[in-house]
Amino acid sequence: MAEETKIRVLVAKPGLDGHDRGAKVVARALRDAGMEVVYTGIRQTPEMIVEAAVQEDVDVVGLSILSGAHLELFPPIAEGLKKKGKTDVLLVAGGIIPDEDIPALQKIGIKAIFGPGTPTSKIIEFIKNELAGRKN
Amino acid sequence: MPSKKKQEWKEVTLAPTIERFHERQDKFETSSGIDISPVYTPEDMPDFDYSAALGYPGEYPFTRGIQPNMYRGRLWTMRQYAGFGTAEESNKRYRYLLEQGQTGLSIAFQLPTQIGYDSDHPLAKGEVGKVGVAIDTLEDMEILFKGISLDKVSTSMTINSTAPILLAMYIALAKKKGVDPAKLDGTIQNDILKEYIARGTHIFPPRPSMRLTTDIFAYCSQHVPRWNTISISGYHIREAGSTAAQEIAFTLANGIAYVQAAIAAGLDVDEFAGRLSFFFNAHNNLFEEVAKFRAARCLWSKIISQRFEAKDPRSTMLRFHTQTAGCTLTAQQPYNNIVRVAIQALAATLGGTQSLHTNSFDEAYATPSKEAVTIALRTQQLLAYETGIGDVVDPLGGSYLIEYLTEALERQAGEYIDKIDKLGGAVAAIEQGFQQREIQESSYHQQKNIEENKATVVGVNKFVSSSPEISELLRVNPELERKQRERLAKVKKNRDNGKVTKVLKNLEEVARGRDNTMPVFIDCVEAYASIGEICDVLRKVFGTQREYLVF
Repeated sequence: MAEETKIRVLVAKPGLDGHDRGAKVVARALRDAGMEVVYTGIRQTPEMIVEAAVQEDVDVVGLSILSGAHLELFPPIAEGLKKKGKTDVLLVAGGIIPDEDIPALQKIGIKAIFGPGTPTSKIIEFIKNELAGRKN
Repeated sequence: MPSKKKQEWKEVTLAPTIERFHERQDKFETSSGIDISPVYTPEDMPDFDYSAALGYPGEYPFTRGIQPNMYRGRLWTMRQYAGFGTAEESNKRYRYLLEQGQTGLSIAFQLPTQIGYDSDHPLAKGEVGKVGVAIDTLEDMEILFKGISLDKVSTSMTINSTAPILLAMYIALAKKKGVDPAKLDGTIQNDILKEYIARGTHIFPPRPSMRLTTDIFAYCSQHVPRWNTISISGYHIREAGSTAAQEIAFTLANGIAYVQAAIAAGLDVDEFAGRLSFFFNAHNNLFEEVAKFRAARCLWSKIISQRFEAKDPRSTMLRFHTQTAGCTLTAQQPYNNIVRVAIQALAATLGGTQSLHTNSFDEAYATPSKEAVTIALRTQQLLAYETGIGDVVDPLGGSYLIEYLTEALERQAGEYIDKIDKLGGAVAAIEQGFQQREIQESSYHQQKNIEENKATVVGVNKFVSSSPEISELLRVNPELERKQRERLAKVKKNRDNGKVTKVLKNLEEVARGRDNTMPVFIDCVEAYASIGEICDVLRKVFGTQREYLVF
């Protein structure tokens, strides 16, 4: 039986906002839950995030944004990942994202939006469930 | 027989009660990990010396307040941070707030303006007019302050890396409106060090950034004497997850670095220290927060007079703005936030703040709506006019608990400052990731406490129920981005471009040399050079700084 491979996650901050408390807490919680986590730091362009996801060969990309630029910045990330052949990557997001924007984001392939107050345990569980079956 | 000593009381009266009825928690502690005992008495402070620790208000070490009669003379300035979309829309919001009895303006800038990009830069995509107003050139500032008299209002600008440029615009605008810059009242945040620690809008490396900071100190002491040249900010440090003690310590350690830089640049401490101002967070733990403000005031006055030998009493006063804690606002049951904000505002005023921003209840969703910001302002007015809170100075002074906490926080913060000194000061410590690591540890610890139900957030991990929908969230019209870019293109087309080239070239020379940069920034903005153009020159000369990533 093959050794269990760790889930690989990229936590990324697209756009210009410096609010990284949430991203860092989530990144650390995922790491403590046994995942391999790469955190990009702030001020990443969509291109940089796609590039990092490919380079690091991640299973999950988590996007954190609080500036309100999600409708402009998430679609090029989702498209870029597809173009690079990363069609199976699990895309999730968090931050200040009004409910009315969620359908548009789901449409481009963002599987879950974790708003303020979400326990990290819920994010961990979601990722593990989504990826169950892919890894064994 | 009543107990004669606390220890006796603990054994005779308290212990049997706890034996029979267990306390709610094994341990009670503040955000800074200060153990809280069931009651405080004079025995908790055996060495307490009233005149050394507190003194009288308006006198060193200012623990009780910086003015002798505090709010009996003048209430704190009610200053709501606001700005979104284009200059026209923000101008409307400012005029509305002034009509509603707000007493000072506080400008929020969009991120591209804060990071030195014009609205037509590729990195500005999606960010134009979000989180603050779009300012590219002096023309935007002219629109922003239309119908507002610069000699009658005090204006605070949350701007850091690009602070000298925005200040130059404000001065240029005053001149155009016929107002003497010497009469201008206001504040620029201009606190670059906490950007590396917690807020993330830095552009240049710390050392050239510090030069820009001290250039402002020097210029304003001569030409804009009433201007608060910096607002040394613990607010964002706390928002990023620090404890109360860390908030005081990292803020004051940054303050020390600025004072050292200015003295190294040849300024006399009493020439600029009186124009330094501070900015703190008002968080949930009411008594710890009140103690925090008092401890910060006392500690700073000792630092500035003992370490830097300031002579002018004004130099030793810690004047501060407060904002309630954005990080405590919940998206769940959002109307609860109105109550959180009221209690945090109470802490700020009990702590003797000079000005206050109260957050709006809808901020876990979006930039505040007009309705939400009105309630936030009314919360301050209610505190000021209905509760009697301003009728006496430092109302909680003398409470055994408050004095105990003040002393404990001053001690803890002092120990952190010693550590930072040993690392080589605030800048060196930032480069080593010290403050960032400490804050991350605290923030992760807080999150774990919430998830393990050791800490309660009403509506989030206890008393959970479905939330009412918030209606009328503020949405920034995406059309604005196009409009703003068009305006910038028009300005660039209509200005004297030969002159712009000349002033930018001059800026490059001054930036490479040692002369004060402020006069040339004023030349640049008066020629309608844009923030992006000015910052491109500075990026070329100073280089850029990535975040000091600790993970």
